[in-house]
Amino acid sequence: MNIHEYQAKQVFQKYGVPTPRGIIATTPEEAVANAKELGGKIWVVKAQIHAGGRGLGGGVKLAKSIDEVKELAEEILGMTLVTHQTGPEGKLVQKVYIEEGADIQDELYLGVVLDRAKEMPVIMASTEGGMEIEKVAEESPEKIVKVAVDPAVGFQGFHGRELVFGLGITDKAEQGKFIKFAKALYTVYMENDAEMIEINPLIKTGAGDFIALDGKMGFDDSALGRHPDIEAMRDLSEEDPDEREAGEYGLSYIALDGEIGCMVNGAGLAMGTMDTINYMGGTPANFLDVGGTASAETVAKGFEIILKNPNVKAIFVNIFGGIVRCDRIANGILEATEKVDVNVPVIVRLDGTNAEEASVILNNANIENIITATDLGDGARKAVEAAKGAK
Amino acid sequence: MSILVNKDTKVIVQGFTGKEGTFHAEQCLAYGTQIVGGVTPNKGGQTHLGKPVFNTVKEAVATTGATVSMIFVPPAFVADAVMEAADAGITLSVIITEGAPVRDMQAAKSYAVKHDMMTIGPNCPGIITADECKIGIMPGNVFKKGNVGLISKSGTLTYEGANQVVKEGYGITTAVGIGGDPIIGLSYKQLLPMFEADPETEAIVMIGEIGGDLEIQAAAFIKEHITKPVVAFIAGQTAPKGKRMGHAGAIISGSAGTAKEKMDALEAAGVRVVVSPAEIGKAVKEVLEAKA
Repeated sequence: MNIHEYQAKQVFQKYGVPTPRGIIATTPEEAVANAKELGGKIWVVKAQIHAGGRGLGGGVKLAKSIDEVKELAEEILGMTLVTHQTGPEGKLVQKVYIEEGADIQDELYLGVVLDRAKEMPVIMASTEGGMEIEKVAEESPEKIVKVAVDPAVGFQGFHGRELVFGLGITDKAEQGKFIKFAKALYTVYMENDAEMIEINPLIKTGAGDFIALDGKMGFDDSALGRHPDIEAMRDLSEEDPDEREAGEYGLSYIALDGEIGCMVNGAGLAMGTMDTINYMGGTPANFLDVGGTASAETVAKGFEIILKNPNVKAIFVNIFGGIVRCDRIANGILEATEKVDVNVPVIVRLDGTNAEEASVILNNANIENIITATDLGDGARKAVEAAKGAK
Repeated sequence: MSILVNKDTKVIVQGFTGKEGTFHAEQCLAYGTQIVGGVTPNKGGQTHLGKPVFNTVKEAVATTGATVSMIFVPPAFVADAVMEAADAGITLSVIITEGAPVRDMQAAKSYAVKHDMMTIGPNCPGIITADECKIGIMPGNVFKKGNVGLISKSGTLTYEGANQVVKEGYGITTAVGIGGDPIIGLSYKQLLPMFEADPETEAIVMIGEIGGDLEIQAAAFIKEHITKPVVAFIAGQTAPKGKRMGHAGAIISGSAGTAKEKMDALEAAGVRVVVSPAEIGKAVKEVLEAKA
C-alpha cells in the first residue's frame, strides 16, 4: 500500500524527521486559508497523487502571493496529471498540499528499501537530489552511497559515518544533523513495516539544516494488520477499481492491454500462461490468479472481472488441479457459465488430478463456446486462434 | 537417493490442530510421510490424527526425535514458530503459511541461520521426495519417482513442470517449492549443489520468476559448479514493470529483476532456457537424451 506525500510527512514528523510545514486542501478556498495560516511570502502548491514526476507534469508550482495560491490551486485541483509513472491516462488530482517555501542550497536523495540479496534494509543516499535514483544508478552509480543495516543491531554510528563521508558532508554540525535525520528515517522504516521510503529531494538549507522536501512511502501489505493508523491512510481512489474488487474475492487481478483473458490458479502459472500466449503470437489481456483452491464462486467472479474489459476476444482458463480435483473444477466452470453471460470463446485446460473425468464433463455439457485443451501449449494455441478468429 | 528429506525423516507439524494443518498433515500421512506429532499450545497431551500433540517444539523434539517441522500457523505467528523450531534443534523448517510480514521473516531467517536451521518458504508448496516423503501441500500423485530434481518459486508451476517431466517418461527425485516472497529460506544456490551431489538426480529443472536476483546468483553458481544439465523457465516475460504479480516478491523494481536479464544470465551459464513453461518436459527429454 502506498500513501500520499502529505501523509508520509505526517509519519516523518512523528519520528522527528524534519519537513516543511504544510496543510492539505481539497478546495481553492481551503488552499488560501492554509497559505494564510502558514504565513510567509512563498508557498508551494503540490498535487497529491500516488505517482512520481509530479513537478515535470505541472502538478507542483510555486506561488509568490495569496492570489497566486488561489489561481494555482484552481488550476491543479481537478486536473488530470500525467507523469511518467501514471501512464498516458493520468490521474485526477483531488487534493493539494500547501507548503511553506524553503531555502534550498543543495538537493540530496535519501531512501530506505529492502535489499533482497543482503536480506536487510539498505539506506541509499546520493548527492544527485531531484534526479530519478534509477537514472543515477545507471549513469553514475558511484554517486550512490548504500549502507545496509542489520535490524538485529540497528543503526550504529558507523552507518552514519559511512553516509556522511560518502556524501562528502564535511561540516561537523551538518554531519550530526544528517546522521540524526538518517537514523530517524531508518526508525520510521522499521517501526511502520515500510517497504520503501524515498525522499527526493532532501534539501540542505542555507542555514545547514536538512529537510524532507518530498516524501514517498510504501508499506508491506502483509503487516498492515498491526498498523491501523497507516491502514487508515489508504486512498481507495488511487487504486484500480477492478484490481480492488478482485482482491475482495481473494483473486489477484492486473489488467494488461492484450486480447486474451486469462484465468489461472497460482501466480507463477498465471505469469507462465501469459508468457505462453505471447510466445504463440497472442496478447494477454490480464493476469488473474484465482488462488490455490479454485471454486465455482471464484471462477464465476473471475469471468465477470475479465469480461469487463471490452478488448477481450477469448478467455483461456488454465488450471492445474492438485488437491482440488479437476472434475470439481469442471463443474465449477459449468456453474459459472450459467451465472455469468460468457459471450466469447472459452478455452479450458484442466490438468492434474482427475483431468480425464473433467474433460468428459465439459465435452458432455456441449456448450458451444467452450473448447477443451489437452495441455498448456495446446490451450494457449487454441486461445490465440480463437481470438484471431473473433476479429 | 534424494535431497533433504526421505522415508526416514521424522516430521512434526506446527499448527497441527488447525484446519489447514489438520487437512494437509492427513494428506502427508497418507502419502507415507513420517509425521510423528505436532505442536499446538495448550493442547499438549491430546492425540490428533493418531499422533501426539505437544505444547512446545522442545517437548515434541525431545519425545519424538523429529528433525523437520512443517509450519501452518497464521501469518502473524510465523516468525515466532520458526524461531521456536530453531531454538529446539529442528534442522529444517518448511513454512507453508502465506502472508508473513517481511520484517518478521528477516528476523526469523537471521535467527534460523544462526542456529544452523535450514528453512524452506514461506508461502510455498513445500518439499517432496517422490514415493518417500511429502512435507507440504502439493498433490503427491503428480510426482512419480525418477531422475529429475526440481526447484521452483511457484506452486502450480512446480506441479506443471513435474507433470510434464512425468509425461515424457521421466520422474522426480525431489521437488522443492522455495516460495515467491522477498525473503525466503533455501534458494537455488543452496539447493543446486545438493542435486549435483545426489547420484540419482541426472538433470535439474529450475523455475524462477521476475523480482530479486536469486536466479542471477544461481546462474553464476551453475557456471562454476554444476555439471548436470539444467532446464530453466522464468515466469513474467510479459509482466508489466512496477506491478506485483501475485507473489509478494514478483515485482520488477525500476528496470531490475526482469525475466529477460535472468534468462540471459542463465543462458550464458549454459542452462537450457525455455520461453514457455509448456516446453519444460520436452527440454528435459532433450537434455537427458543428449547426455545419454
